[in-house]
Amino acid sequence: MDPLMLSRWQFGITTVYHFFFVPLTLGLAWITAGFHLAWYRTGKEQYLRLTRFVGELFLINFAIGVVTGIVQEFQFGMNWSSYSRFVGDIFGAPLAIEGLLAFFLESTFLGLWIFGWGRLPKGVHVATIWIAALGTALSAYLILAANAWMQHPVGYVVNTAAGRAELKDFLAVATNDTAVITFVHVMAAAFLTAGALVAGVGMWRLVSHPGKDDGAFRATAKVGSVILLIAGLAVAVTGDMQGKLMTAEQPMKIAAGEALMNTEQPAAFSLLTIKSLDGTQTLVDIRIPNVLSFLATGDFNGKVQGVNDLQAQYQQTYGPGDYVPSIPITYWTFRLMIGAGTLAALAAAWFLFRMRKGKLPTKGAAALALALPFLPLAANSFGWLFTEIGRQPWIVFGLMQTSAGVSPTSTTLDVLITVVGFTVLYGALAVVMVGLMARRVRDGLPEAAADKSFEHEAEADLGFGY
Amino acid sequence: MDLTTVWFALIAVLWIGYFFLEGFDFGVGILLPFLGKNESERRALLRTIGPVWDGNEVWVIVAGGATFAAFPEWYATLFSGFYLALFLLLVGLIVRGIGIEYRNKRSPDAWRTRWDMLIALGSFIPALLWGVAFANIVAGVPIDASKNFTGDLFTLLNPFGLLGGLTTLSLFLTHGLTFLALKTEGDLRARANALVMPVGIVAAVIAVAFLGWANAQRGSTLSEVTSVVAALAFVVALVANRVRREGWAFLLTGVTLALAVVSLFAALYPDVMPSSTNPAYSLTITNASSTPYTLGIMTIVAVIFTPIVLIYQGWTYYIFRKRVSVDRPAAKS
Ligand code: HDD
Ligand code: HEM
Ligand code: HEM
Repeated sequence: MDPLMLSRWQFGITTVYHFFFVPLTLGLAWITAGFHLAWYRTGKEQYLRLTRFVGELFLINFAIGVVTGIVQEFQFGMNWSSYSRFVGDIFGAPLAIEGLLAFFLESTFLGLWIFGWGRLPKGVHVATIWIAALGTALSAYLILAANAWMQHPVGYVVNTAAGRAELKDFLAVATNDTAVITFVHVMAAAFLTAGALVAGVGMWRLVSHPGKDDGAFRATAKVGSVILLIAGLAVAVTGDMQGKLMTAEQPMKIAAGEALMNTEQPAAFSLLTIKSLDGTQTLVDIRIPNVLSFLATGDFNGKVQGVNDLQAQYQQTYGPGDYVPSIPITYWTFRLMIGAGTLAALAAAWFLFRMRKGKLPTKGAAALALALPFLPLAANSFGWLFTEIGRQPWIVFGLMQTSAGVSPTSTTLDVLITVVGFTVLYGALAVVMVGLMARRVRDGLPEAAADKSFEHEAEADLGFGY
Repeated sequence: MDLTTVWFALIAVLWIGYFFLEGFDFGVGILLPFLGKNESERRALLRTIGPVWDGNEVWVIVAGGATFAAFPEWYATLFSGFYLALFLLLVGLIVRGIGIEYRNKRSPDAWRTRWDMLIALGSFIPALLWGVAFANIVAGVPIDASKNFTGDLFTLLNPFGLLGGLTTLSLFLTHGLTFLALKTEGDLRARANALVMPVGIVAAVIAVAFLGWANAQRGSTLSEVTSVVAALAFVVALVANRVRREGWAFLLTGVTLALAVVSLFAALYPDVMPSSTNPAYSLTITNASSTPYTLGIMTIVAVIFTPIVLIYQGWTYYIFRKRVSVDRPAAKS
């Protein structure tokens, strides 16, 4: 284990972990804001109780998003100092701006929202959660713009004397087409994830605790399922657009993701391709003709370049080396992302079908309801693994390889200590967090009566429990 | 003034904001299990910082991001060099943040006591380590010709570094106490007030020794003057506490922290990370900085948005300006 390998593991573990909580935050913030607004508009007690119920799940999740985010912010310097020196002039700006514009906004207004019950005029109080939600979306855009620059560098020149990339056009970085399309895909995926949690929780309560707040949980399950389905459609549409952009900008990634070794015109989409372990023999190969051509280029007869041709091209451009990312990983993560999302959408459709005309689903729905939120969570991780591993060996596509980005000062022991430390700590946090979530779901909707006594400061805080 | 100097100053401002704000909530965090005699009191202590601690913490996130953007070489050398110290610091911040948010989510005593200890520990570690880090930055650490740190964790744990750690720790504790004196009522308030003087005197001795030593190593007129004014402000803070001007006492312990940061940055300037190996290898505001174009963009963003942030954060403190009361009905669930 050298420091480079360990640093990659650490970055992968901590980032994938951060991104378990991020999509829930991104989606639940708006859903909570929606329930709160519904209560403000209609005055219906049920919406207040739902605001507090979903809000509580949101906050339990948010806390972990925050503390794991700080690690992300520092990690570039800690483990990837050569990378930081090379890209700082460009990459640092969106990060700093994210803090100034988005993190201040979300943390401050969330503090106001949590403690604002009874202290803020009702309308202002609703506004605080909407502003916090806006902050989370803003933060997503800015960090994704930073990431998009690594996928598709724009608006820069390389200053060889200074040994770094330098910013030439900030607007180009901020409006990178890769950033825009990634943002919509990630936001759609986030709503899919949060919708799945809400749908799953609502359905589980409905089936396993019938007769207790049925109306509210029926509404929850429906709202969640509808959000999930709409988001599922959005994810597919935006994902398709991303695929086309990727073909243009990072053709190697789609070739690897499709295990397309040789250039084809028209290219078939692989439903299932399994090769022998050494990769020389194809054991299973189920393909749909012309579909990959359409996905990649928008034309059923378009030409899609294969891994071997691209490898030869890259060697000409960038010198000798291996420019092929792990084909099994990219191939499977791509399919698992789509597959897990599709399953989640099917589950939501089934929920809606079973709940039609006031009917109650069967007991069997409970197990599915509990499993549902984990499908999109997995899909998110697979999506990122595909995006990031498909970019390898580059840390910044075409400009810097991952192996050149690692901190030269890192020792194996240092990084081993932190990898193990973060993993153990994060594991413990997950146990505590999931336990709290489960407890809240089991407890059901909080009483709305608290609202009447919100005049009293002490009572008011009971809501979110300080 | 040239943009690199502007950004050096702006990063100092971010650290001032961080020490002033998170300084008191570190203090409250460390004191939590000791000053709060029972559940209601500890809960009241937490509610003094509840609405604001996360916003306070963002100051250090922005300081980190701004250093990355404005002085990438500084960010790279510092964060990779102080690797294990930063890891410990992050662990502290993580358990503390989760503790504050999760402590009241369940009611068993064991659950709460455990989180209280973790909140205290998670506040203690960063309160100490930020001082260790800054002391070492100012004194200089081994850095080679390729701008890489060549020491290890123990390089940082030298007497001057440790004195720096004790300085931030004791100042944050005092600042936390003056904050609690301002924000609590009754018995808690009386106890906080009573502790300001003894803790403050210890802090004063440590801080004067540290700032004196720092200025003796590499002082400038500005750093010396600000150190002296910081010491004066601290004395006045203690006097203000004595005559129960709690608002002034809090403000002045904050001013002390702010001036201490100014003093350290003034001593540093124009270096950002002096090399103890060879002064020629030192990172300076010039050889560590981004391009003027990037600094220009960042300046525009900072000029527009920093005032907005200050306004709404100020508004939050205004909304929660009332003292936190202890007497409250026993909590359900
Ligand atoms: C698409 C969205 C997204 C992505 C890819 C990332 N984050 Fe994140 N991050 C968020 C979306 C987000 C958020 C929604 O804004 C969070 C999640 C939960 C939360 O509390 O805010 C957050 C929290 C969060 C925080 C704490 C903010 C606070 O105290 O309020 C920091 C410092 C970071 N992140 C930094 C990073 C860095 C350096 C990343 C790159 C490796 C990163 N995040 C990936
Ligand atoms: C939150 C969603 C993200 C996830 C789940 C994720 C996941 C990953 C994974 C698994 C790797 C390892 C790939 C490999 O080494 O083979 C990686 C690499 C990397 N990613 Fe991401 N990433 C995410 C977002 C980002 C963002 C937003 C940035 C930058 C702003 C970023 C920067 C990097 C860097 C610098 C590397 C190279 C280090 C390495 O190879 O491990 N990532 N990412
Ligand atoms: C029909 C369905 C989908 C298609 C066609 C699709 C397509 C894509 C493509 C092409 C990428 C890679 C982009 C790049 O590297 O440049 C990607 C990434 C990603 N996908 Fe999907 N996707 C689908 C479904 C989903 C679902 C259901 C989720 C999660 C719930 C999801 C979450 C992600 C995430 C988090 C990333 C990484 C960030 C990014 O690059 O956008 N996707 N997707």
